[in-house]
Amino acid sequence: MASNENGAGKQEVLLEIRDLKTHFALDEGTVRAVDGVDLDVRRKQVVGVVGESGCGKSMTAMSVMRLVPPPGQIVEGEIRFHRQFDDRADAKDIVDLAQFESNDRQLRDIRGNQISMVFQEPMTALSPVRTVGKQITEAILLHQDVNKTEARDIAIETLARVKMPNPEQRFDDYPFQLSGGMRQRAVIAMALACRPQLLIADEPTTALDVTTEAQILDLMRELQAESDMAILYITHNLGVVAEMAEEVVVMYLGKVVERCDVDSIFYNPKHPYTRGLLNSIPRLEDVLQDKREKLNAIEGMVPSPYQRLQGCAFHPRCPDFMPGVCDEAEPQLIQLEEGHAVRCHLYT
Amino acid sequence: MIVYIIQRVMRMIPLLFLLSLVAFLIIQLPPGDYLTEHINALRASGRDVDEAEVERLMKQYALDRPMHVQYLTWIQNILFKGSFGQSFQWGRPVNEVIGDKMALTFLLAIFTTIFVWAISVPIGIYVSVRQYTFTDYLFTMIGFIGLAVPGFLLAMVVMYFSFAWFGLKVGGLFSPAFELEPWSIAKFQNMLTRIWVPVLILGIGGTAHIIRIMRATMLDELRKQYVTVARSKGLSEFAVLMNYPVRIAINPLISSLGFLLPWIISGGTVVEIVLNLPTAAVVLYRSLLSQDMFLAGSFILLVGTLALVGSLLADIALAAVDPRIRFGSVEEM
Repeated sequence: MASNENGAGKQEVLLEIRDLKTHFALDEGTVRAVDGVDLDVRRKQVVGVVGESGCGKSMTAMSVMRLVPPPGQIVEGEIRFHRQFDDRADAKDIVDLAQFESNDRQLRDIRGNQISMVFQEPMTALSPVRTVGKQITEAILLHQDVNKTEARDIAIETLARVKMPNPEQRFDDYPFQLSGGMRQRAVIAMALACRPQLLIADEPTTALDVTTEAQILDLMRELQAESDMAILYITHNLGVVAEMAEEVVVMYLGKVVERCDVDSIFYNPKHPYTRGLLNSIPRLEDVLQDKREKLNAIEGMVPSPYQRLQGCAFHPRCPDFMPGVCDEAEPQLIQLEEGHAVRCHLYT
Repeated sequence: MIVYIIQRVMRMIPLLFLLSLVAFLIIQLPPGDYLTEHINALRASGRDVDEAEVERLMKQYALDRPMHVQYLTWIQNILFKGSFGQSFQWGRPVNEVIGDKMALTFLLAIFTTIFVWAISVPIGIYVSVRQYTFTDYLFTMIGFIGLAVPGFLLAMVVMYFSFAWFGLKVGGLFSPAFELEPWSIAKFQNMLTRIWVPVLILGIGGTAHIIRIMRATMLDELRKQYVTVARSKGLSEFAVLMNYPVRIAINPLISSLGFLLPWIISGGTVVEIVLNLPTAAVVLYRSLLSQDMFLAGSFILLVGTLALVGSLLADIALAAVDPRIRFGSVEEM
């Protein structure tokens, strides 16, 4: 769990996603990648988004960045970003990112500046023919009123912040001269160069080996603690969530099925899908005591993305399936207690 | 980088040797040689042949000696005296015949390339970001028409219409007044007013080709994650395109630059004959027909050498723009 939980009560809201729907109109039918997601990120908070591949977690992130690849489109919903300006602490304005064209000037001012993103694959996130330094300074020159030398200094300083060894030397290196871990540090430095208020991390450690993963996770936690940055951390790895997030959002087929703080998700999961996910993590003590030999899996398969199920999307795989209820009406997100919401008929 | 260039130059030496062998073999392959043909023709027409002159030429080019001696004599003359021998057909040293033509061919190649690139690179980029739209199909169609129509046909059509509509004779590279003049600024300007016709005709076929290459490599690059990452920095779409996918998609084009000259010479011959251009291709063609062996051989050798030098320069240019080659990294990204 993140260690920097501020004692001063709830932080103010930074990002509010309301009923976001991002659909892909394909020849085979419409894929509802994100289908009515509600999500809040407060300032300085780390929110983890978990779910299987194809549950829409990455597309939620891409929607916030407004970088959904065509033919994907935001068809409904709001992404309200509470922008804060450094020079005026009280002055804020709220912009709805969903309303812009994806190449809009105003949007590009926010993108890479106040909201930035770290991507999955550090190997392919950097252009192979431009130096690391050039790719970092680009964003600095774009968003800040500095000249090239100052931008270089900021970039090197940022590289040092992400604990890149020999930052000055690495600045002039090409991406293929760096190891995977160093590349991901460079990518993180690129995202942090303009000191964003919100960092979206889309499985930033999935492509790395375990040791490097641990280092990068440590680094991200430290960076978050020393700045005022909030992180929206997208992953399929519950272990990473436990380590990084304060609040967790569980997604299934484009919808949020459970939302609560990180302790509740592990000790008091409500949604059958969340329980299934937790149950599928192998436990060392069980293996040692011969309690079980096989991994527990959630029954069945994720339904075809073109199919639209009546009722709860999880009902064909659900162990607590109630015929006549779950396959009839779509469950709503219900507030069970303060900070714990679940989308399941068991609790209505 | 320097190590790379040295390595690359060293690798050219055996290739150059092989090239000279091939060039020599090609000119030796047809039965007989120009000198014998020439003497026979003269004798047949009943004219007198200066035996002493024939004797002198035979000796100079070792024509009466075995083939390897002939080769050595030929190559020694080129390497140490800079002399490519005598063109029997023109009655002048090969060096004189070639010099002018080669320069013009070179100029034509450069202009054509600039024309082709200026048109097809922007179009290629544009259609790649508008894949499967009307514009994409439109340019694809126009491009394929350009590719499918033979150059000589286009040349004749252009000549016909420019004469029928504007009363212009577009053949040749110079106005008759400048044809035999030595080079001057006025002559150069005169050439510029006429060179666009062959440039246009030669270029149209190449345009479709480059558009397709550019479109295909761009589509490959556009899918890569670094493009999305570049967008996520807040760069404008134009800046993203130019600094990221285009930077890489242009590489195959740069490496194809080396084969420009051979392409103009082998691909443009018919067009150049139709347009009556004084270029190398036409001279090479005639010299092959008349077994003017030293001229033909020198041409083949020169064109081959230029192709090698061209690809060397292209490789160096590629290494300059692509650090992966410069640092000898084989990793696929």
